[in-house]
Amino acid sequence: MPTSVDTAALSSSLNRRIGIHPWALALVFASLTLSLPLIVIAGSFLIPAQDIWQHLLHTVLPEYIVNSLILMLGVGVMTALLGIAPAWLVTMCRFPGSRLLEWALLLPLAVPAYIVAYTYTGILDASGPVQSWLRAITGWSYGEYWFPEIRSMGGAIAMLSFVLYPYVYLISRAAFIGQSICALEVARTLGCGPYKTFFRVALPLARPAIIVGLTLVLMETLADYGTVQYFGIAAFTTGIFRTWFGLGNSAAAAQLSALLMLFIIILIYIEYWSRKQQRYHHTSTRYDALSQEKLKGWSAAIAIIVCGLPVFLGFLIPVGFLIKWALLTYESVVDQQFYILMWNSIALAVCAALMATVLALFMAYGKRHYSNPITNSAVNISGMGYAIPGTVIAVGVMLPFAWLDQTIDHLFRTYFDISTGLLLSGTLIALMFAYMVRFLAVALKTVDAGLTKIKPAMDDAGRSLGMKMITLMRRVHMPMLRGSLLTAILLVFVDVLKELPATLILRPFNFNTLAIKAYEFANEERLADAACPALAIVLIGIIPVIYLSRSISISRPGHEYST
Amino acid sequence: MIRIKLTTSLLSGVLIFAQSIAIAAEVNIYSARNEALIKPLLDRFTQQSGTQVNLVTGDADALLKRLEIEGDNSPADLLLTIDVARLQRAQESNLLQPVTSEILINVIPESYRDREGYWFGLSLRSRVIVYAKDRVNPEQLSSYEALAAPEWKGRICVRSSSHVYNQSLVASLIAHDGIEATEQWAKGLVGNFARTPQGGDRDQIKAVAVGQCDLALVNTYYLGGMLHSELDEEKQAADKVALFWPNQDDRGAHINISGAGITRSARNKTEAIKLLEFMTSDAAQVWYAEQNYEYPIRPGIAIGDTMKQWGEFVVDRLNLDQLGQYNAEAVRLMDRAGWK
Repeated sequence: MPTSVDTAALSSSLNRRIGIHPWALALVFASLTLSLPLIVIAGSFLIPAQDIWQHLLHTVLPEYIVNSLILMLGVGVMTALLGIAPAWLVTMCRFPGSRLLEWALLLPLAVPAYIVAYTYTGILDASGPVQSWLRAITGWSYGEYWFPEIRSMGGAIAMLSFVLYPYVYLISRAAFIGQSICALEVARTLGCGPYKTFFRVALPLARPAIIVGLTLVLMETLADYGTVQYFGIAAFTTGIFRTWFGLGNSAAAAQLSALLMLFIIILIYIEYWSRKQQRYHHTSTRYDALSQEKLKGWSAAIAIIVCGLPVFLGFLIPVGFLIKWALLTYESVVDQQFYILMWNSIALAVCAALMATVLALFMAYGKRHYSNPITNSAVNISGMGYAIPGTVIAVGVMLPFAWLDQTIDHLFRTYFDISTGLLLSGTLIALMFAYMVRFLAVALKTVDAGLTKIKPAMDDAGRSLGMKMITLMRRVHMPMLRGSLLTAILLVFVDVLKELPATLILRPFNFNTLAIKAYEFANEERLADAACPALAIVLIGIIPVIYLSRSISISRPGHEYST
Repeated sequence: MIRIKLTTSLLSGVLIFAQSIAIAAEVNIYSARNEALIKPLLDRFTQQSGTQVNLVTGDADALLKRLEIEGDNSPADLLLTIDVARLQRAQESNLLQPVTSEILINVIPESYRDREGYWFGLSLRSRVIVYAKDRVNPEQLSSYEALAAPEWKGRICVRSSSHVYNQSLVASLIAHDGIEATEQWAKGLVGNFARTPQGGDRDQIKAVAVGQCDLALVNTYYLGGMLHSELDEEKQAADKVALFWPNQDDRGAHINISGAGITRSARNKTEAIKLLEFMTSDAAQVWYAEQNYEYPIRPGIAIGDTMKQWGEFVVDRLNLDQLGQYNAEAVRLMDRAGWK
């Protein structure tokens, strides 16, 4: 089995390339710059936090840790259930509505988790329409019947899973599409039924991809604050902000955040380890069209339910209620300013998405060609920001920027007698930087996964045909990477569109986004007013989601020849 | 060398240009108050005075951090918060400066502003008891302290102790009753919870309306907002509950302020003071009451019918400094008492 990082190649590349190639140097430099906020946070351990740790350990810290672990376990299992089976079904089977569901399954990606949490609470709460209706038809009063409590650990797991499963779906579907039909055909001829083929061949083959998806989901789960806070769950992030805002101790809060990074390092290690265990390149170059099995009758019905349920839960229900509320408040909320909000949100998301993808491409290539422990860990560290709450990242971004500004200011005062004030702090540049720290991981993992699929043998073949590196990239890699790059752009676009805490604190004066508007209303518990901006986020997010889904369907190698 | 000179002259040209833009009068605000609840007022100020107002909103502590990190170069002139503890935290972190203004001193009662002029209250917010009209006789109610009595077992709803409104309330109890008594009280209260703390204040009112609990601790303006909500279910829920002013026979109901202070780095101090004065004017004070059902900081301002129905009430005259002073102690105490 050809491997891209076999030991011999590694040691020779170490000898030839470590530390001297400009690309590798630039890579390490870029990663270090992006890690600055994280280093600043980790550096908080140098500041004594008095007796607060004593207090935390004795009262709430164990609970924070346990709750965060339960939350991660729950969300991990549930997103796997909601994401993998539909991915397999829409790839391998045809059934009524399968073409529609293929892209509809991605829609929840466009809905911010805390908005889903608020909406479901409005629906399922004791005072909401469902329970009111139940009481009306049965004549019971509250307490005389059992109904699941939405604001609970189970509720939080469900809310986060409803909006996060698309990561697993998206990435495992790309893996299923890219799989060689041969392995599956061999399995079938050896007497495996469809279920056995799925569990014994397709699933293990797609495992690295699925784990990438799950890692993204778990990192998002760790960073979530809006949902757990509203549901009153004492998770790690609630603890960070309680220590900071309530106890007024930002040093201890930063230390808690640094502790959170430990969680992440473990996660990243598990991902790395599981990918290293077995590295899959398809050894066959035969890419026949996937012969999709036509489902009929009961099996079609089950497939529709399995694929339809996630869309129903994560998209139709919350969006339906948002529309209902938006109709009530449309006139007072949507004004001239509203279009500016839309423009701001789109502009930020587009810029960040392009920047993150270019950066990810640069880093992924660096890692591929100049792989050594230093570049690898540099790349890994710069992806850690994905699991840190945005507000904490924001503080980590503000500190180095302020230092830079003050140094420049000081120099100019000394030599030119001019105060430059704050040049970068409080500008969109600082905000963009924060987005890179926070979301680079998404782009990086996607691009990296795409690049891993390109066998080193292909590079060799290209080179032996006399292609230069650039030509190789343009003519061989780019067509094969297209799907991954689009996925990276889309994921970052949608993430930035929904992003709240870093935007809130780092933005310049008089600069608002849809997410900020939605949050401010929701925070004042004016859900009906929050509906319009929330709906606008969803609608803007849908457009690239649909586009992406189409381009993934046609991204299968050999697609042109088979259709 | 030539290149460096060119860059510097270009840079200074840009700087001069930037400065010339900044000549029009302006004032920059970091606000923990939501845009929707402050912008109309600021727009009115701009119309009247011609001073442009620039706004960033966010969580109070995050804004404090931004102010602290930006240091002397911070562009912010004014820090607006929705509770007094954050103003004091800003003052303690040396982020505010004292100012004097005849108008502010005259119109804002002494207890609602800092003696040295570091911060000024702009509106009043009270945290009270709401009860289910059909299940609770208001004569059973008396004080915050009495909520820990066993008769309320499983009947009380309140939001999480992570929220500053609860922290301030508990800080006021610490100031009045001492730490030990308050911890006992908090344990009793937690024992009386109908459910784990969750949701916001409006959610507590809905829970009382639907019968999940009989009492809740909430800020009054949430009830006002629900009574005038676009959503029918919120209106109906609000109609099922009534408001009770606690501790009317002794010290009075717990009160907090929304307020503001001039930052230490302020470059537009005069304009910032003018804006503060505007915010305490009759028109602005009426606006607070009309828009968000908050109580005016000044006596003698007309309030709407909704708030009139809630009646006159005795206000806790505790020095507001104490709320900030005991904030961290309150959080620790609630941690120990198991108030999630």
